[in-house]
Amino acid sequence: MNSRSPILATLTATVLLFMISPMVLSITAAFLQQYSRGLASGLTLEWVVHVFSQYGSTVYASILIATSCVIGNALIGVPCAYALARARGRWARSFEEILTLPVAVPGLATGLALILTYGEWRDFRQSYAFILVGHMVFTLPFMVRTVSAAFQRAEIASIEEAARSLGAGFMTRFLTVLVPVVLPSIVAGGLMVFTLSIGEFNLTWLLHTPLTRTLPVGLADSYASMRIEIGSAYTLMFFIVVLPLLWLLNVVANLVQKRYGT
Amino acid sequence: MSSGSVAQRVLTACLMPVAIFFMAFWLLPITRLIALPAAKGWETYFAILTDPRYAASLINTLLLSLVVTAATLMLGLAVGLYLAKPKVLGRRFLLSLLTLPLSFPGVVVGFFIILLGGRQGAVADLFESVGLGRVTFAYGLTGLFLAYLYFSLPRVIASYTAAAQGMDRSLEEAARSLGANRFQVLWDAWLPQLLPTTAACAAIVFATSMGAFGTAFTLASKFEVLPITIYNEFTNYANFPLAASLSLSLGLLTWLSLFLMGRWTGGRVAL
Repeated sequence: MNSRSPILATLTATVLLFMISPMVLSITAAFLQQYSRGLASGLTLEWVVHVFSQYGSTVYASILIATSCVIGNALIGVPCAYALARARGRWARSFEEILTLPVAVPGLATGLALILTYGEWRDFRQSYAFILVGHMVFTLPFMVRTVSAAFQRAEIASIEEAARSLGAGFMTRFLTVLVPVVLPSIVAGGLMVFTLSIGEFNLTWLLHTPLTRTLPVGLADSYASMRIEIGSAYTLMFFIVVLPLLWLLNVVANLVQKRYGT
Repeated sequence: MSSGSVAQRVLTACLMPVAIFFMAFWLLPITRLIALPAAKGWETYFAILTDPRYAASLINTLLLSLVVTAATLMLGLAVGLYLAKPKVLGRRFLLSLLTLPLSFPGVVVGFFIILLGGRQGAVADLFESVGLGRVTFAYGLTGLFLAYLYFSLPRVIASYTAAAQGMDRSLEEAARSLGANRFQVLWDAWLPQLLPTTAACAAIVFATSMGAFGTAFTLASKFEVLPITIYNEFTNYANFPLAASLSLSLGLLTWLSLFLMGRWTGGRVAL
């Protein structure tokens, strides 16, 4: 094949420059004394230290919410995925379609609807659980669809049949035979849920309160009201905490896939 | 199976937790949202069409999303075709760099555009140094366009690269041996094979652009898009029925575009 294509190469280089340069600018700005004067103003760790002490809690909150979101969705989503894979009727298809509606409808609408319904329940409204519930509804279809596809594979149905013929009851079959077999898909779905939850803003901005702030909410706040160096340092915190975490989870998911995958 | 009704009961029990959760935290709230505009009269449901200000915001959002979709598809296709070539040096590294922003929230992308084209932006410095004055583009239509483009490109590049790697090369070689030029190869050999990817990407990019709130919020754009209009009605004017009506219209529109694209391609558009 002809690998000399100047047009494609030029376009790729342009896109690469457009995608990379803001990241470089933002990382640099986090260490500059004064952004407008550039490197001449000297380097400092002041902004990074400030951001870590002031906003470290938002990172912690985001990781906690994303983790709870994965656990919660796995607990309710995996049995649901099983039921949807076994009950292949029209209503099962419609049920699955309805579950994906919160993804198709903008986060603003879901956020408004939740506030409208539960805004008066003050303890709930002012807790992280309110944000968690929003994230769970929004990410649930990703868990259910991924795991449901795994349950539908033919060899899993026959494994289940074998366990049943050996006299295993449903709970035993489900927990000791079925769940281990679809574990790679649960992990893959969980990774999707985690990634979506930790970066979610559209819903979260409506659901948060001054006492319940997540990383993207804090970021938006700092962009709107702080100097550019602080916004950059905060973005750097996203880079050095969230990106390695996502990378690590990806490695784990791949390992699970290799070890238990079929 | 002898115990059909038992099996049925087990399946129902498996479904229950999600059914209850979904009912309580999505169906019920959305139903209330749907009922709310009626309190201000039936015409509130059609505010997006009848009030010139909201209609303008809708048209802004639609046009911007369409242009962003077209631009993202073209650039994503070019990059995907290039990265799928077996002889490109370091293509795996390039691909991981280009897909790194997949996990960036929209607010971060908005901030990136401010760093590029804001009042203290890199482009302003660059233009000033060659004597063209401090050019800013972050806070208007151009800024929004670039931000949406930045947000959508990684997804589309990843899809096109994967699809282009799986293409049947023999068609292309046949076309070339018949003397087809670059664009004929693109049009006759590549595009038909990439059509399902194109349709899926188009639907996703269009729907995300229509509902993008974080990016526009960070840019505090002078070019008002529908999500910002809704947010303003809700927080600044506390006009809940109207905010509900507008967000229902927006939700219906994005859902419909995903649904129709899914129907048209015969399969479901992977969300």
